[in-house]
Amino acid sequence: MSDHDYQPDSKLGKWFNDRLPLLTLSNHLQQYPTPKNLNYWWTFGGILTFCLITQIVTGVILGMHYIAHADLAFESVEHIMRNVNYGWLIRYVHANGASMFFLAVYIHIFRALYYGSYKSPREVIWIIGMIIYFLMMATAFMGYVLPWGQMSFWGATVITNLFSAIPFIGESVVNWLWGGYAVDNPTLTRFFSLHYLLPFLILGLVMLHIWALHVPGNNNPIGIEIKKPSNDTVPFHPYIVVKDAFALLLFLIIFAFFVFYSPNILGHADNYIEANPMVTPAHIVPEWYLLPFYAILRSVPDKLLGVIAMFASIFVLVILPWLDTSKVRSAIFRPIYKQFYWFLVADVIILGYMGAMPAEGTYLLIARVATAYYFIHFLLILPILGKKEKTLEVPLSITEPVIGGSPNEAMAKFKKEI
Amino acid sequence: MRKFFNIIFTLVFFLFFGFNSIAAEKTAQLLSPEWSFKGFFGKFDRASLQRGYQVYTEVCAACHSMKYLSYRNLSEPGGPELSESQAKAIAANFEVIDGPNSEGEMFTRPAKLSDKFVTPYENVEAATAANGGAYPPDMSVLVKARKGGADYVYSLLLGYEDPPADMELDDGVYYNKFMYGNKIKMSAPLSDGIIEYSDGTQATTEQMAKDVVSFLMWSAEPHLETRHKTGFRVIIYLIILTTLVYLTMKKIWSRIETKV
Repeated sequence: MSDHDYQPDSKLGKWFNDRLPLLTLSNHLQQYPTPKNLNYWWTFGGILTFCLITQIVTGVILGMHYIAHADLAFESVEHIMRNVNYGWLIRYVHANGASMFFLAVYIHIFRALYYGSYKSPREVIWIIGMIIYFLMMATAFMGYVLPWGQMSFWGATVITNLFSAIPFIGESVVNWLWGGYAVDNPTLTRFFSLHYLLPFLILGLVMLHIWALHVPGNNNPIGIEIKKPSNDTVPFHPYIVVKDAFALLLFLIIFAFFVFYSPNILGHADNYIEANPMVTPAHIVPEWYLLPFYAILRSVPDKLLGVIAMFASIFVLVILPWLDTSKVRSAIFRPIYKQFYWFLVADVIILGYMGAMPAEGTYLLIARVATAYYFIHFLLILPILGKKEKTLEVPLSITEPVIGGSPNEAMAKFKKEI
Repeated sequence: MRKFFNIIFTLVFFLFFGFNSIAAEKTAQLLSPEWSFKGFFGKFDRASLQRGYQVYTEVCAACHSMKYLSYRNLSEPGGPELSESQAKAIAANFEVIDGPNSEGEMFTRPAKLSDKFVTPYENVEAATAANGGAYPPDMSVLVKARKGGADYVYSLLLGYEDPPADMELDDGVYYNKFMYGNKIKMSAPLSDGIIEYSDGTQATTEQMAKDVVSFLMWSAEPHLETRHKTGFRVIIYLIILTTLVYLTMKKIWSRIETKV
C-alpha cells in the first residue's frame, strides 16, 4: 500500500496526477495506516483543525465589519453585535472559539505528555506543535485587545510592558512595539494586522505538523512502534474519520452551550467598558488560558527574571524530548511517571488558579511553590526518572496482549481500557 | 473508553459549574428576582421592557446616555416591540443636529427612527462636570459590563441605606451596600411613585428596578431571544446528528475486532 504505487483509474486523472500528484496525496490521506487502538484523546487533532478553520472563517467575516481605530473599535464591535445580520453569533463563536481552541490544545498537549508522543522519532512534530501553541497565545492575546475594552487596553499595557525588562534597550523596544509612548491607536492597528496574519502562519505550521506526523505515523496508547500497515492498523478513512467526526460533534455540543447560553462567562465584564487610559481596573487579569504563565511571571520578584521564567516555562516544553530520558513512551508502562504526570496536571491547574488571584500573601506563596515544582518536574524529575524507573513489560504489538493473553497485570488493565 | 468519556464530561461540567459557583460566591448577597430572560427558553417580558423604557426616559436619561441604541430598536422584534408609529413619535420628541445642508449650514431637526438615542450631555467631559466629577456611565451595555450582571444592577438600585455610624460621607456621596467600596456618587434614583406607569402598574421601587434592569438587559443583548431560540435548535440538531454518527461509527468499526 505504498503511496507511490498509486495510479488513478481514469486517463484524465493519470494525466493530472503525473503533473501534480494531488490524487496521490488524497489517496495517501485515505489509506494512511493508523493504530487501531487510538483512544478518544487522539481525536483532538481533528478538533483543533476544526477550531482553527472556524476562527479563520469567523475572523475574516468579523474583519469585514470591525474598524481598527482607537475611537471606533469598541463602537464597531457593538455595531457587529446589534446591526450586522447574525453578527452576535459570529462574534460569540469567535470569542468562545478561542477558549474552545485552548481547551482542546491543552488536552492535546497533555495527551502527548501522558503517552510520550514527543519522543523519538516524533521530536519535530512536537517542536512544531510548540511553535503553533506559542503563536496561538500571541494571536489570542492580540485578538483580545481588538474590542478595545478596559481589559483589552490594560492587558495590552501590562504584557507589552514586560519587554521593558530587557536591559538597556527595554524602553526603546516597548516604544517600538507601541508605535508611540503609550498603548494607543498605532498599537491597535498593528495588533489587528498581526492578528490577521498569524492564523495563516499557524495554518501553514499545522500542515507541516501533519506532514511530520505522517512520516513516522501516529503514536498510540501503548506507545510501541508498530508495523504499518498490519493487523495493528486501520486505514484513516473511514475508521478514524468517523471516530473524529463523532468526537468533534460532542465537542461542538459543549461549544454550542457556551455560545448560546453563556457567551460571556469566559470573558471579563470590564471588557464591555470602553478603554480608558485614565482609569485602571482593580484587577488586571488575562484570559483563563494564559493564567498559568501569568502566575509564573508574577511569582518571581524580579521583573526581568519573571519574564525569563515565563518564557523558560514554554522553552522547557520545546526541549522536552531530550529532558525525558526514558525509552518507554507510554505512561501505562511507567508507574512512577504516571503519578508525576498527574502531579504536573494538578500543578498547572493550581498555577492557573493563582494567576487569577491577586499576587499577595498565601496566593503568592502557593504560586511560587507551584512555579518551582513546574521546573523541577521537567528539569530534575524527568531526566532522573527516565534512568531510574523500573518500567513494566511492554507488549510487542497492539494485538499481542489480546491474542497471546496478558503476561502481567498492567496489560490486563490496559486490555480493559481499550 | 467509557471511563475516558466520564472523565471528559466530569471535567467539562466541573469547569462549567466551577465557574458558575465562583461567580455565585462573589454575588451571593446580590438580590436576584425571577428574571424572565434567564434559562434555556428565557424571553423578555414585553410589558416590563416597555415600562423599563419609561423608567429610563423619565429617570435615568436625565444623566445616562445610551449611545449604541437607535429609536428603531424600540420597535424591532425581540425588544419592547412598540409599534413603528409609537417609536416614530418617541423619536420626534428629540432634536438632533444634522447637516451641513446645501448652504453649508448645520440645522436641527426632529429625530428619526434611524437616529441613535440622543445623549443628555454633549460629551463625557460635560457629563462628568455636571455630575460632581463622576461620569454617569453609558447604559447601552452596562449590564454586561458589571460582574453579577442584571442582579448586580438591580441590587444596586435597591441598595441605598444609611451609612454605618463610623463612616464619613462627603457631600454628594451616598452609601450603597452593593457598590464597590460602598460609596456612590449617584443619589438613590428610584422611590415609590416617582413615575406613573402608563399601563397602570403600581410603580413601587422594586417594580421600577426590575423593569428598568430588564430593559437594560435587552439593550445590552438585543438578540438574546433569537440566541436562545437558535441555540435550542442547534443543540437538538447536534444531538441527533451525533447519535447518527455514533451508530455509523459502531457499524463501521464492527468490521474490526477492536472495540471503539
